[in-house]
Amino acid sequence: MNDRPETLTHAMDPASLRGGTAERLKPSRETACIEIQALQLFYGNDQALKDVSLTIPRGRITAFIGPSGCGKSTLLRCMNRMNDLIDSVRIEGRILIDGSDIHAPGVDVAELRRRVGMVFQKPNPFPKSIYENVAYGLRLQGVKNRRSLDEVVERSLKRAALWDEVKDRLHENAFSLSGGQQQRLVIARAIAIEPEVLLLDEPASALDPLATLKIEELMFDLKKEYTIVIVTHNMQQAARVSDYTAFMYLGEMVEFADTDTLFTTPGKKQTEDYITGRYG
Amino acid sequence: MNSWFKSGTPWVWLSAGAVAVSLVMVVGLLLMIAVNGLGHFWPGAVVEFDYEAPGEESRRVIGEVNRSETMTAAAMRDAGFEVPEEQLVVNRHLIKRGNRDVTGRDFVWYLEDFMRDWRYPDDVLVLERTTWGDFYGYLRAYKQDSEIVAKGAEARQAFEARLRESLELVREVARIERFDIGSVNYQIEQIRLQRRGLDRNPDFGDEERAAREAELDAQRDELQAQYRDLQVRRNELRSDVRRYGIVMETMEGDERTIPMSDIVRAWWPNEMGLGSQLVHAAGSFWDFVSGFPREANTEGGILPAIFGTVLMVIIMSVVVTPFGVMAAIYLREYARQGPLVRTIRISVNNLAGVPSIVFGVFGLGFFVYFIGGGIDRMFYPEALPAPTYGGPAIIWASLTLALLTLPVVIVSTEEGLARIPSTIRHGSLALGATKAETLWRIVVPLAAPAMMTGLILAVARAAGEVAPLMLVGVVKLAPSLPMDGNFPYLHLDRAFMHLGFHIYDVGFQSPNVEAGRPLVYATALILVLLIIILNVTAISIRNHLREKYRSESD
Repeated sequence: MNDRPETLTHAMDPASLRGGTAERLKPSRETACIEIQALQLFYGNDQALKDVSLTIPRGRITAFIGPSGCGKSTLLRCMNRMNDLIDSVRIEGRILIDGSDIHAPGVDVAELRRRVGMVFQKPNPFPKSIYENVAYGLRLQGVKNRRSLDEVVERSLKRAALWDEVKDRLHENAFSLSGGQQQRLVIARAIAIEPEVLLLDEPASALDPLATLKIEELMFDLKKEYTIVIVTHNMQQAARVSDYTAFMYLGEMVEFADTDTLFTTPGKKQTEDYITGRYG
Repeated sequence: MNSWFKSGTPWVWLSAGAVAVSLVMVVGLLLMIAVNGLGHFWPGAVVEFDYEAPGEESRRVIGEVNRSETMTAAAMRDAGFEVPEEQLVVNRHLIKRGNRDVTGRDFVWYLEDFMRDWRYPDDVLVLERTTWGDFYGYLRAYKQDSEIVAKGAEARQAFEARLRESLELVREVARIERFDIGSVNYQIEQIRLQRRGLDRNPDFGDEERAAREAELDAQRDELQAQYRDLQVRRNELRSDVRRYGIVMETMEGDERTIPMSDIVRAWWPNEMGLGSQLVHAAGSFWDFVSGFPREANTEGGILPAIFGTVLMVIIMSVVVTPFGVMAAIYLREYARQGPLVRTIRISVNNLAGVPSIVFGVFGLGFFVYFIGGGIDRMFYPEALPAPTYGGPAIIWASLTLALLTLPVVIVSTEEGLARIPSTIRHGSLALGATKAETLWRIVVPLAAPAMMTGLILAVARAAGEVAPLMLVGVVKLAPSLPMDGNFPYLHLDRAFMHLGFHIYDVGFQSPNVEAGRPLVYATALILVLLIIILNVTAISIRNHLREKYRSESD
């Protein structure tokens, strides 16, 4: 795996980011948001996820780490059924969000994706204006009222910490923004429709360190309102931003624990080998 | 040497050379067409000389040198000309002497050896006439009501003073004939058809039928009264113009009277300066572009052909774009990719390689006879056996060309759709958009430039296509434009004229080859210009779209 060199942001102490809370997090004390039960996923004949079970707590940041190809992105994409777009995918097991099975017949996939927003690795703004990018989700829902659109666009951009940078050029093409700004725009676009869960698929891997820092700060702010699941290649990032961390290896969930425990006293040998950089 | 090959320099030279050759060919083609076509409108000098062929009396010839060539003396001797023994080559000139009604031949070859005493008299007058082509000669007198009222210089003054007014009257007469009388005729024909329809309709009782018939008859009588009024007015105008005339001396020395009503344009070419030559050329070019054809298409303008070409291309675009785009979207976005879709795609691509005349045959059999004939039997039985839609019609030509260009639009739209990054689609889907919403809001706008590219290629191909059109809609002379002031304004059932076919017709079917030759070039020039204009419009729309939906992928 391509671990990034230590940089300015990596030097920060995770505890300071978390506001110095000394209190230990315990999965058992959390309320469940997403429950994954014995999930198996096949691409044709290849099994990508093997019997994964996991409970993702509400209002926390959960990070998936692991070497490339271990299935962490695939698992993330299961949660809003983005894997449906691939013809050869077959899924067994259950995923419950707020207690209801997302694969149950009659579930509206579009509705599910409104509740479970997703941000991709590479910034993917639409070739429209900044304003229209953020308003896109609302327009899909049929909101036409100019004032409420304006309001939501402003609020979302503010929450994504982008408002001050773009407020004077809302009607310029989104591609005029820098990569980091584009990624925050995409996050603003995702939170504009008020999802419950935000899935972030390596959101900072294509960004420079400063932009990465901004995204990480943003995640920390958003945690108050959303359940965030993040996939990252970058262990320091996982250590800095997440409350809980899951380590995956070859399609299996090796270990899931609160971040401090996983990084300081991992329960499995494999986890320890990985976070100490012995393979991957 | 080896390292020179490795450096890639030969390839740069080779490819740059290919570009240069292509450019030279394109520029050369355009120049050739432009020079030959535009030369026709230039008022060339008129020469007068005495022709003294051995054994013949000397006679005066007036005309324009059309072109000259050098022949071997032997060939000329074989052709029956007497050429002195020691002479090896002979120059000869093709002289356009006009006056087809007087001499019967307006283009004649003369051997230079026998041409004596070339002169360019200032007072040679050239007349462009409504019939019989140009007239070359000297103005001798001006007539009013068959009486000569002015001679010599006065005649010229009187003629020039009268000319403008008479040209306007001639134009007015033409307008009345073409548009006003045409419109009344059209309405009378509609009423005739309605009456025939009445006879065929079994639903009406005798009384009602009689009432309706009376109504239609009343309308018809009214229209016929209008028709007579128009005719009277036209005849008045015409005899008004006909009162005046000029007496011209031909090259044989005869005098001929030419009524003002026959004259379209008059000029004294040998005394024109560069400025008036330019004005004349511009004027006759404008007449060519905006006028209606005369004399079996060898005179007059090509407006109906321009109009027909543009209208056909527009209708074709309107039909082919939605169909092609829909088909491409289905093939690329919805259809399950597999052997069936692959087969369909291959078939579509191969459709582009089918010779266009085959599409013409298909259009004739399917559109004209089957669909058109069906429409006639269903909706226009009163006109039968005269076809309404069951004959050559602009709609069938447009549809045939739409079929012909469909593969182009499908292929380029598909390529455009395939180029849209999946990340953008996923971004939209992840926001809760359905596949259809993603398509319409994100994918199709992004692929719009590619669709325009397809349309550009389709337009370029359709505008230049002739062969299939001859079977399904194009005629050498259409009596009326497919669009006019009569309801429903757009007459898709009418045959039309087309620039490409016009070129063919003037060039190969014309009774007067020499007169048609420059028109072939001029029409070709207009066709090329038209295609360039259509393309530039489409390209600028595409660039505008590209700018609007600029994305990283571009």
